[in-house]
Amino acid sequence: MAKKSENFERIDGRKLDELRPIKAKVGVIPNADGSAMYQSGDTIAIAAVYGPKKMHPQHQQDPAKGVLRCSYNMMTFSVNDRIKPGTSRRSTEISKITEWALEPVLMLDKFPGQVIDIFIHIIQADAGTRCAGINAASMALAHAGVPMKNLVCSVSVGKLDKTLVVDLTKAEEDFEEGEGPTDIPISMTPDGKITHLQLDGKIGTEQMKEVLDLGKKAIEKIYEIQKKALKEAFN
Amino acid sequence: MTERRISIPGEIIAEGEDYLPGEWTEKREGKIYALKYGLIEESNKLIKIIPVSGTYSPRRGNVVIGKVENVTFNGWVIDIGAPDNAFLTVMEVPKYVNKDALEEVLDIGDMLVAKIWAINKRGIDLSLKAKGLGKIEEGLIFEINPNKVPRVIGKEGSMINLIKENTDCDITVGQNGRILIEGDSTEGELKAKKAILHIVEKSYVEGLTEEMENWFKSQGGLAPKRDVPKDLAEDEE
Repeated sequence: MAKKSENFERIDGRKLDELRPIKAKVGVIPNADGSAMYQSGDTIAIAAVYGPKKMHPQHQQDPAKGVLRCSYNMMTFSVNDRIKPGTSRRSTEISKITEWALEPVLMLDKFPGQVIDIFIHIIQADAGTRCAGINAASMALAHAGVPMKNLVCSVSVGKLDKTLVVDLTKAEEDFEEGEGPTDIPISMTPDGKITHLQLDGKIGTEQMKEVLDLGKKAIEKIYEIQKKALKEAFN
Repeated sequence: MTERRISIPGEIIAEGEDYLPGEWTEKREGKIYALKYGLIEESNKLIKIIPVSGTYSPRRGNVVIGKVENVTFNGWVIDIGAPDNAFLTVMEVPKYVNKDALEEVLDIGDMLVAKIWAINKRGIDLSLKAKGLGKIEEGLIFEINPNKVPRVIGKEGSMINLIKENTDCDITVGQNGRILIEGDSTEGELKAKKAILHIVEKSYVEGLTEEMENWFKSQGGLAPKRDVPKDLAEDEE
């Protein structure tokens, strides 16, 4: 494959595998059982966890295992053009995706008939909001004392023309040259098990393997930041 | 006290075949993994995690403070701050109960101190058959994080006794994080509440009992006894 990527320059001058500056904090919503804030560059997500608590309405109870219920929402002012409040096709999809990304690490069989509620709000959006939301939610779940097999970390890998880059910004998502942009959000546990993977665009199988390697390296960095935030919450 | 280590879910907290996994840990291929966010405690190669957050999970023998949610034909449904409601049957009330008027003993909205005597698939069963249990007639009730309850009680009750001595109040700490304070004066009750909230805030400080002794000194010793106007006091003699 032609290594055109050697001299590819990103709009914000980052290296190809460089993440945006990350800030993470736990306990940002005192009323919640657990909460977290995750910021990646200009994308900021907050997540609040309530429960495990009794599921209402009762007909939604599952007597075999607990239910994870996510709600993803973008604040009206999170983007330049005011976004209409309320649920949309997109937010419903991302809520479901977040549930699926997080469920594998939760031990829901310990909470029959109960529900864990996660509320994710995007305060400011500059692409990668679902990843920021999943990262925040994962920290908030841990902070809420929910038993988990592992944390979940999430990052988006992108293909701009033929070059693979990590953690796209909005400007990069709008890249129009050559083959155009391809966005691949990935969620993984730090030990490399994939819990969620989406693909918006076109990519070959060989390059897809590279995407996973890049994603794995980025996720290791994100995990360290999440871990640090949780440990620091004690002092 | 040894240095406290914090566990993150999924983290390897110990390695070696001779370690045993305790509460909220898991052993896989000779490694002990954490399953919860909390403090790691190790004793005789047994490693467990003490949760620092999360909702109350009821256990047998816990004394809890509950609120009557509903009155049924043979008992009461009690909210104890857990995901499942608890049930108190007439049989577990150590006094005569008129079966046609259960609400005379406990009515919806009443608060009570009760003990969990059984947890099974059907639910949580409460009992009032022990000293100090029963309906709450008066006092101040407030809630703290249930995970901080052990800190409020202290080693063998040292902390709670310190507060009782310094405020002249009787304090009942429910394992579900609800606390009842009964004192002669409102000032004393409020002071006890303030002291407990201070403990919750400083719960990770080492030597917390000493910290609280100093706190009480800085707050000016004993709570003021209820002021009896001078002329009244003389009348009583």
